[in-house]
Amino acid sequence: MATFHFDFVGPERTLYSGEVQAVQLPGTEGEMTVLPKHAPVLTTLKVGVITVTETSGSGKRIYVQGGFADIGPDSVIVLAERAAPIEEVNPAMLDKEIEQTELDRDATTDLAKREQLNAHIVQLQEAKKVLDF
Amino acid sequence: MPSLKDLRNRITSVKSTQKITKAMQMVAAAKLRRAQNAAEAGRPYADKMAATLGNLAGNLVGGVGAPKLLSGSGADKTHLLVVCTADRGLCGAFNSSIARLAAKHARELQGQGKTVKIFTVGKKGYDLLRRQFRSEIIENIDIRGTRPVDYDFASEIAEKIIARFDAGEFDVATLFYSAFRSVISQIPTAQQLIPAELPSAEGENSATGAASNAAMEFEPSEEAILTTLLPKNLAVQVYKALLENAASEQGARMSAMDSATRNAGEMIKKQTQIYNRTRQAMITKELIEIISGAEAL
Repeated sequence: MATFHFDFVGPERTLYSGEVQAVQLPGTEGEMTVLPKHAPVLTTLKVGVITVTETSGSGKRIYVQGGFADIGPDSVIVLAERAAPIEEVNPAMLDKEIEQTELDRDATTDLAKREQLNAHIVQLQEAKKVLDF
Repeated sequence: MPSLKDLRNRITSVKSTQKITKAMQMVAAAKLRRAQNAAEAGRPYADKMAATLGNLAGNLVGGVGAPKLLSGSGADKTHLLVVCTADRGLCGAFNSSIARLAAKHARELQGQGKTVKIFTVGKKGYDLLRRQFRSEIIENIDIRGTRPVDYDFASEIAEKIIARFDAGEFDVATLFYSAFRSVISQIPTAQQLIPAELPSAEGENSATGAASNAAMEFEPSEEAILTTLLPKNLAVQVYKALLENAASEQGARMSAMDSATRNAGEMIKKQTQIYNRTRQAMITKELIEIISGAEAL
């Protein structure tokens, strides 16, 4: 089975790097699965879960909160501002995040910003569903 | 001529100072290692971000639709200087060399008839610049609360800068920090933030590479990606500068404290010699007095 290189990089450290068979990404325009020899695409990510299929066939799930994926034929790079292995994520954390965003939304009078924060809340709630909490 | 007691006091005081400088040196060495590790860990993100951005922006530069963060506001009148320094002193010329570079730039810009605004990060930079540029400083953030430097802090600063830019408060932003070369060498550096200075679109680190640029697809759209990527890039640049600064600060402190410890050692040696000589002279003097007293009888 063909493989490609997958790098998952956070601003403070590299979170994952290695050869993989497939990566499933939560793109803003919809979920997508990347296999080797994918056409070059640059996409933004929403809040969600990245599923990595490693060479051994075993899977690995990483929670990601926004970022970018730079997809090429033989490598994929994901730049994420905030991310954590799925085991470290818990519903309380997400709830707190949602609550905080709602507070921010209510505090602002800027309409565009409001819209943006609203979208973020929807994404967080979706992510919560995906993680089935 | 100082008395023996004075000399003894002076020696003890220098000795305790030496102990402090030595401890500070060791603490700085440990912190330096941590700061260097953090800088190393943050490098891949910054590199890949720069590669992706360079790749992406290559065909947009100069275009009509290019975001303002990339192309600038079109004017060159008001400059914002973002000066990053440490919160603490006792680290040699670290803070003052950054402040001096920033002040030099500010004077030059003022000489060209441009308006200068200053945004200081770190207490020392503010202290050093506020005497000369009281009215120019528009904001000051201390680092003290957020130690060690993390990405959230950097993106907070970046957001503030962008908010001011969007409000039309300045046209060009320049970041001042100290680049870490080695323990004994830190170079105060000026880096332009807005309009963004981009690496050439070599795209070595980019997955897609420059060659396949034409065939690249974008989701949602090229402009939309660029407008979200640019503020992030700004945060990354600030974060990188803060990390470099943290390493430089500890490096500068380490070498400053090393020489302070050595100077204290030298001083102790000299003072001990004077002390011993004085003591010897007093004994001799007393002996002479006793002997001549006995002879007179």
